[in-house]
Amino acid sequence: MSYCREQGKDKIIFVTKEDHESPSTADITYNPEEDDDSPGLILPNGEINWQCPCLGGMASGPCGEPFKEAFSCFHYSQAEPKGSDCIEEFRSMQECMSKYPELYPFDKDEDNDKEEQTKTTTTVEQKTSEEVAVTKESTATRAS
Amino acid sequence: MFRVAGSVTASRLSAVCCRTVTAKQFQVHGASLHVLSSETSRKSRNGPAHHRIPPSWQSVRTMASAGDSQAKINYIFYGLAVLFGGGGIIYWWSRKYMRETSKDGNKTKKSTAAVPAESKEATEPVSEKPTSETTKSEAPPAELPPTETPAEAAAPDAESKKLLDAMPQSYPDYEVMPDIPGHAKYLLIGGGTASFAAFRAIRASDAKAQVLVVTEEEELPYMRPPLSKELWYSDEPKLVEKLKFKQWNGKERSVYYNPPSFYVEPKELAYQENGGVAVVKGRKVMKLDPQKQVAVLDNGWEIFYDKVLIATGGRPRNIPVFERASQEVKDRVTLFRGIKDFKRLDEVSRNASTIVVVGGGFLGSELTCALGKRSRDSSLKVIQMFPEPGNMGKVLPEYLSQWTTAKVRGEGATVKPETFVKRARFSDGKVILKLNTGEEISTDHVVVAVGLEPNTELAKESGLEVDDTYGGFRVNAELEARSDIWVAGDASSFYDIKLGRRRVEHHDHAVVSGRLAGENMTGARKPYWHQSMFWSDLGPDVGYEAIGIVDSSLPTVAVFAKATEKDTPKAVVEETGESLRSVTETEAEATLPTKEIKDPSDPASATGVEPSASEKTESATDEEPAPDVEAAAKLVAEVETENRVAPTPKEDYGKGVIFYLRDDIIVGIVLWNLFNRMPIARKIIKEGKQHQDLAEVAKLFDLHADED
Repeated sequence: MSYCREQGKDKIIFVTKEDHESPSTADITYNPEEDDDSPGLILPNGEINWQCPCLGGMASGPCGEPFKEAFSCFHYSQAEPKGSDCIEEFRSMQECMSKYPELYPFDKDEDNDKEEQTKTTTTVEQKTSEEVAVTKESTATRAS
Repeated sequence: MFRVAGSVTASRLSAVCCRTVTAKQFQVHGASLHVLSSETSRKSRNGPAHHRIPPSWQSVRTMASAGDSQAKINYIFYGLAVLFGGGGIIYWWSRKYMRETSKDGNKTKKSTAAVPAESKEATEPVSEKPTSETTKSEAPPAELPPTETPAEAAAPDAESKKLLDAMPQSYPDYEVMPDIPGHAKYLLIGGGTASFAAFRAIRASDAKAQVLVVTEEEELPYMRPPLSKELWYSDEPKLVEKLKFKQWNGKERSVYYNPPSFYVEPKELAYQENGGVAVVKGRKVMKLDPQKQVAVLDNGWEIFYDKVLIATGGRPRNIPVFERASQEVKDRVTLFRGIKDFKRLDEVSRNASTIVVVGGGFLGSELTCALGKRSRDSSLKVIQMFPEPGNMGKVLPEYLSQWTTAKVRGEGATVKPETFVKRARFSDGKVILKLNTGEEISTDHVVVAVGLEPNTELAKESGLEVDDTYGGFRVNAELEARSDIWVAGDASSFYDIKLGRRRVEHHDHAVVSGRLAGENMTGARKPYWHQSMFWSDLGPDVGYEAIGIVDSSLPTVAVFAKATEKDTPKAVVEETGESLRSVTETEAEATLPTKEIKDPSDPASATGVEPSASEKTESATDEEPAPDVEAAAKLVAEVETENRVAPTPKEDYGKGVIFYLRDDIIVGIVLWNLFNRMPIARKIIKEGKQHQDLAEVAKLFDLHADED
């Protein structure tokens, strides 16, 4: 049972779960899909929305231009596989990003890097152990 | 194929590219990302796992066939990045190698240019294409200009070496280039949040844009909310010293939106092929000439502009008592606003025995709670005073304001409502305050948080209109004051199509309006449309979000349910793994693309959450009528003063929604301990309809949902 109280011009209603079980009769519906103001990454006309928060500062940073070129190239690419005609653009983007390690860190990425680092470490370890093995063998051969 | 050399680097590149489409990127731009839209439209909170781990190669193929074109693009992009990353890295490395070996051949002699050159001409040199491969001994401009100034030979060598180390190519006519450009296509006055949001938007539309920011402060653009929130709750003083804070999930974040490496030196701005953002610190724009399109600085320097944004924010207000006080008193008063003030208060609070906070609004209450927390581990005593009957008295309806006051007391502070300072004097190393109640308080320091005076200092000289009702520069719905002059943020009195003319002093508004101004400066011509929101947390247990006109003088209708453990801000944060509330809100927005793929069939809706078992206990207790708030508040006040462990009456106003009405139309909404509902609130404001039964409207917020 809901309870209502008035305190001057302010009205306060306390509701129970039961009170709110029946669907709302208010003259308004909210549909998350339709009502979302922001257009997202791709605009209705098919173009890329560079203002999309999802891009963070990628399109506006120092490497914004190379990034936009690469991404646009990819987006409009008709090649098979898609974007295979955009290698040059990717390269210059990467080159630009390497100049700003603080902004586009390659090793600050946590989850990603944990996997990577394990991979790297394992690969390195494997290589080292291989080398060690080879050295041992050769020493053994020489010794004999 | 990529297992050998490419694997590590390939996945690293893909990680970078992945950043564009997953939530991971926030590490890079995390601090600033929350700027972009500090609210959540997170549709389903699946927890960290779903939006944390970038998709694997297998999932790329699944996604590609999922049918969602936007997602498809993202994932194929990711996949491609992996493919080409390897080759790219090798190519890049070889070029770097060659660049480094050719560096030594390039030594330039430069003379310092003391005379600033003619405005427009000097700043439009031909920017040369970087030719880093060849060992170009493209020396010093072979003819040194007829020297107007003596050349300082020693310094330039070190300087030029530094320059060359940073940039392999040399800048033509560098020595005559003025320190501050004489022309800027985009000139931003003020270096705060609105300015940051603007330059981000400008560069997103015009990626080669050269943006010049002129700020009075000696700081690069930074965010304000942590100065009265996160920085105080950090356990790591070393981080706080660097103005960083560690979030509950361990991630570090700086208050600065971008690291210094993001910015270009103002002197080098014109040379940047891809433009950039340069910040001139410690300089003030005294006036603008809208017809000649020139800005004049405090040192007489002139900057011609194409488009200018005024984002001067404001200065903290003071009260006459302290303005008239002796210097010894003034030295112990902090008008809290920026980094400098934070640092001062942080230091003072470690040694002081008493601190008084004057002001009961957002800033005053947040600082009081923050200092209150600090007082728990020390002998510090915190006293807050303000003329209103309760904290947030101008924002929350009285009963909630009372409730909030009790909460602030619970954080360890002494709160004195309906109190103000009548006199202030210095005696024996302390500031003695005589209050209107007759009481005298002896304190080591006073923090004043009584509002903001919008900075319209350049209005008169520049022929710009000032709003006599709301303060600030008057602008239209597109934020334009006069031709090619925009104003955003705290200093902007703008026309809100839905709610009428207003001026908003909140962080999200600075972001939204800054971004809008930036877009309009590049030709978008969009009116203010996306309602900004604001939020406040009173410690980890109580938080609220609000949108629209939230003025306690308006009639209100509130609908409350009881709060469960899961409805606190702390719970919200732990759920998503993000501790910065403002970032929590943005994570939602940004994970949109990923989420859509995961559950294309699920109409991820904020209202589609299933209630849990704990609901049953809720309904049982809801049967009883709500206890008398006034009596409760009185009781609490009686109990609290000496006793720092005041009870927090969570039972009465656990969670709910408060509607603020003007002519029976909802113009403002406060979501009390309710999160992830902002989109619904926004829609209600947008529609501006007259609703017959607000209790029915409240149903849309699913008050009883067990927050995931």
